[in-house]
Amino acid sequence: MNTSVKGTSVQGTLGNDVIVSPERGARPAPHATHKLKLLLRREFWEHKGGFFWAPIWAGGISLLLTLMALVVGEVAGRRAAASGKLQIDGENIQINGLDLTALTSRMDAKDLQNLAGGIDLSALMASAWPMIVLAFVVFFYCLGSLYDERKDRSVLFWKSLPVSDRDTVLSKAASALLVAPAIAVGVAIILMFAFLAILSVFVLVHNGSPAQLIWGPGRPLELALMLVAAIPLYALWALPTVGWLMLCSAWSRSKPFLWAIMLPVFAGIFVSWFDMMQAFELGSSWFWKNVVARLLLSVVPGSWIDVTHLEGVNVEGPGQLVGLVGIQSMYTAFATPQLWIGVLAGAAMIYGAIRLRRWRDDN
Amino acid sequence: MSTVMNNVVTARGLRKAYKNKLALDSTEFNIPVGRIVGLIGPNGAGKTTALKAILGLIPFDGDLKVLGKDPRTQRDELMNDVCFIADVAVLPRWIKVKEAIEFVAGVHPRFDAAKCQRFLAGTQLTPNLRVREMSKGMIVQLHLALVMAIDAKFLVLDEPTLGLDILYRKQFYQRLLEDYFDEEKTILVTTHQVEEIEHILTDVMFIRDGKIVLNAPMDDVGARYTEVLVNADQIEAARALKPLDERALPFGKTVMLFDSTLSDGADAARLAQFGETRSPGLADLFVATMKGTYA
Repeated sequence: MNTSVKGTSVQGTLGNDVIVSPERGARPAPHATHKLKLLLRREFWEHKGGFFWAPIWAGGISLLLTLMALVVGEVAGRRAAASGKLQIDGENIQINGLDLTALTSRMDAKDLQNLAGGIDLSALMASAWPMIVLAFVVFFYCLGSLYDERKDRSVLFWKSLPVSDRDTVLSKAASALLVAPAIAVGVAIILMFAFLAILSVFVLVHNGSPAQLIWGPGRPLELALMLVAAIPLYALWALPTVGWLMLCSAWSRSKPFLWAIMLPVFAGIFVSWFDMMQAFELGSSWFWKNVVARLLLSVVPGSWIDVTHLEGVNVEGPGQLVGLVGIQSMYTAFATPQLWIGVLAGAAMIYGAIRLRRWRDDN
Repeated sequence: MSTVMNNVVTARGLRKAYKNKLALDSTEFNIPVGRIVGLIGPNGAGKTTALKAILGLIPFDGDLKVLGKDPRTQRDELMNDVCFIADVAVLPRWIKVKEAIEFVAGVHPRFDAAKCQRFLAGTQLTPNLRVREMSKGMIVQLHLALVMAIDAKFLVLDEPTLGLDILYRKQFYQRLLEDYFDEEKTILVTTHQVEEIEHILTDVMFIRDGKIVLNAPMDDVGARYTEVLVNADQIEAARALKPLDERALPFGKTVMLFDSTLSDGADAARLAQFGETRSPGLADLFVATMKGTYA
């Protein structure tokens, strides 16, 4: 067989340039975890804006607003005090305590508990922004995860590399369920401490003791731990929504957003109209809550609160309110069928997305 | 036995139907090792479908082996040895040069990052440049550098130079020949710019309506087809030998294309009597073979 190529003569003229390496064959194949790490890193590169910068911006802005509110309050308070309009009394802890030294000594046990709850709650509120942003980021990330690559045809590049559809889809699911929440939680914790630090400065300015008023009664470390503990719960709870959105993303030829929203919502309307759930002795609200909302809204952090075990927690004031979100009550969600059935459904939909990506054409 | 070993691709009875059109219609062909094969056909003839079948991107019927593996069921292993460039604009727009290199190095066992850097050294591509900031030609340079740094056995190129200017097009194929191709590698390429690649091809396949209508080494093509510049007074005699195609030139001359396997007596000596003879260009041969495709 004549395999000589006209090109080889060109190669000959370049002589001194040794191009073909003498040893052939592969390096040892990259380890599976190394591949996974790069797949995750790829998602992070592409979505750095949503995963990383968005929670930081949201947190930064909320921190700035808090700071401005405090400064404005401070200025207004001073003016009011100077003109003698404002009476100082110990009831209102937030802004008026222009002289805070006497405050803690005048509080009884219940007041202290309420103060602690109030501080915890406001610290948690301060850290809420990255979490709200997280819900949107994860939702739209999943919706685009397997659609955008087909739309811009970059799927042909990714598919030219020895990475299986399974690994690709799983890396995207892991980015949505673990990487993005972990980053958001990290930002939230930093934000919480920054918020408490600002409060401390404020207290200091008014001759109060931050240790006594803020860091003593508040439980920032516990809250931080709780946020971290929420990550695995989030990963499991959000699975049906992530699975559904990725399935739509892999399946739809255009407008994945419309498909993802319309199908469950129309199913819900249909069920409500014909009272189909009567057959199972369930109201149509059951369908909306356990199917439609789980498919669309489970990416909202804390949306599991409905299934958690809240008996015994009697909310009478901010002191008990934080008990609602304690690790123990939060983890009662792990004992509910709602969580695990959702996990199964989500896993099945992700499997479907893997199968779809295997054969979906780029056009 | 050895034919199986020496073929990178064996296709038997491939069939792929889209909604209202047969894209592959009992397509059969072999691609031996160490060849540069041009798959050439008019728009809609099934070129891209054939490539997608080879790359395991679409489902189809029939028997297809690529490097001994079935691309439908063994795609993941296959992609260690097969590479492809599917036209120019498929690199993700957000990716940076250094990220692309890091990613491919991390997932591909046969990728040589140092080699890739060497290919990029002579270009304007800097590590922090994003694909969206590049011209079309630069994107192809990057893609080619990535692919050439992979020591794959089989490279598939689907219209790799579409939309590039002539400088980039020439450079593309030049690099491929000088720095990549050797006797253990096989390249399958489709393009409409037939003239530009015919000198680098070792084999050519014409595809029409999902069927391979010509599959031959370039040397055989030269021996089989002859183009004759027929003088005006010889036209009738030449026509008697049933040329594949003829077209008139100014000043009364006519160019006729003969297939020695179809026309009896159309051997070189006989044809030389009609006028000047030469080997036809691939483009002329293509036009003659595909006559009436769009009719």
